[in-house]
Amino acid sequence: MSPKKKMFSGFGLPYIEASDIKGKLIVIEGTDGVGRTTQIEELRKWLEVKGYGVATTGWTRSPLMGKTIDEAKSGHTLNINTYNLLYAADFADRLEHEIIPALRSGCVVLADRYSYTAFARSVVRGADRQWIRKVFGFALEPDAVFYMRISIENLIPRVINSENLHKRYWEDQSGEGMDYWESGMDLHLGEDFYDSFVEYQKAILKEFDKMTTEFDFQVVDAEKSFEEINRALKQGILAVLEDEVSEEKSRRN
Amino acid sequence: MARLFDQPHPYPGMLIVVEGIDGSGKSTQLQLLQKWLLNSKYRVFFTEWNSSALVNETIKRGKKKNLLTPTTFSVLHATDFADRLAHLIVPPLKAGMIVCADRYAYTAFARDVVRGVHPEWVRNMYGFTVRPDIAFYFKVPIEVSLKRILNARVELKFHEAGMDLGLSEDPRESFRLFQSKILEEYDRIAQEYNLTVIDATQSIRKQQQQLRDIVRERLKEYKPTPYLQKKENVYVA
Repeated sequence: MSPKKKMFSGFGLPYIEASDIKGKLIVIEGTDGVGRTTQIEELRKWLEVKGYGVATTGWTRSPLMGKTIDEAKSGHTLNINTYNLLYAADFADRLEHEIIPALRSGCVVLADRYSYTAFARSVVRGADRQWIRKVFGFALEPDAVFYMRISIENLIPRVINSENLHKRYWEDQSGEGMDYWESGMDLHLGEDFYDSFVEYQKAILKEFDKMTTEFDFQVVDAEKSFEEINRALKQGILAVLEDEVSEEKSRRN
Repeated sequence: MARLFDQPHPYPGMLIVVEGIDGSGKSTQLQLLQKWLLNSKYRVFFTEWNSSALVNETIKRGKKKNLLTPTTFSVLHATDFADRLAHLIVPPLKAGMIVCADRYAYTAFARDVVRGVHPEWVRNMYGFTVRPDIAFYFKVPIEVSLKRILNARVELKFHEAGMDLGLSEDPRESFRLFQSKILEEYDRIAQEYNLTVIDATQSIRKQQQQLRDIVRERLKEYKPTPYLQKKENVYVA
């Protein structure tokens, strides 16, 4: 079985031929505070021990846009379209300068969030589903998307705890899941931070659930222990990498 | 859902847009139109296709590190436009003013496609855009615009000449090639969006008379009643 060729999800980047791009793009999705980042750290070590070149990429960390997004958020009222497009610009930058080059060099790319996070956040803020999908039409289709699924009941104690709340109160308000925008405070969904967080996350989780079939997510039960989740992710990733092994064999033959 | 850009806007104000390549004379025409509107006691609001400080800084940073691709460039401009739309275009339209815009989303359609993005992709991205009531397109042959630009200035700016596209080492030749491509795109856009085409080789006065005739006709239906009640944010894509 030959692995499927890379494709763009929509109109693509007309100046880049997607099918030339090798390497594996593996996405870990899930809402704020579900534990994606710690899983990815573990997966990276595991893959490196196995001898794979690994590149990880996050959400809003691009050298071009990171500062702009911070400035925009701290500034005056940010219109919803502006908010959505800022993230699209950031993602485009990371895609073309981190993800695609890493794939071309043969790395396994572990993406901590991908365009699906943008879809969920934008739709919850009132954007049209098709519009935002098309805006991100320049994204490469991942080889697999693992969705770390959690219920709101189990998410709450992970985020609303002593460490996070104190950090939010005393420090920079930018901890995972605690950020003003990322907890949906801009939507005025509740009387206080807690109400707003719960309503926002409920809406986000609903969007992720809807996308599960649309984009063929592989669902990982994120309510289990760290080790169990990790095992499930490794299993899924191995299946994706087998593709690559068979590809190499067919090349040698 | 139909894109907002595909349907008339619901605001009491009026949005008049001028488009055309550099040196087509559109800005002069818009200025004259505003003088006339103001003289007729209309409330006029002017806005142009300028980047905000936020995006300018980013673009500067990107150029320094050579990070800007056609796609990020395009999304950045759309981001900036979304911000300007929300702060500088929709409020005066809600207040019932006549908004005069020097360049609009069509500028992005033409430039970004020439730089290499997909035409439909960029059009979709600007789906949140308020559709103008009148969009004038000043059509001019490339040689005329080149002459006007070079008469006014000794040197061409790097981006204006499209030097980043590597079309030619000579700024003049690069400008000619770049603007020709933009012109082709504009012609396509003018048809697609039914822009009001003005022959920009005519005298300034003659063009202005045509503009005023068209605007006068539309002003008959114009009843500026400012929004007094909060309405739903209709310009979210």
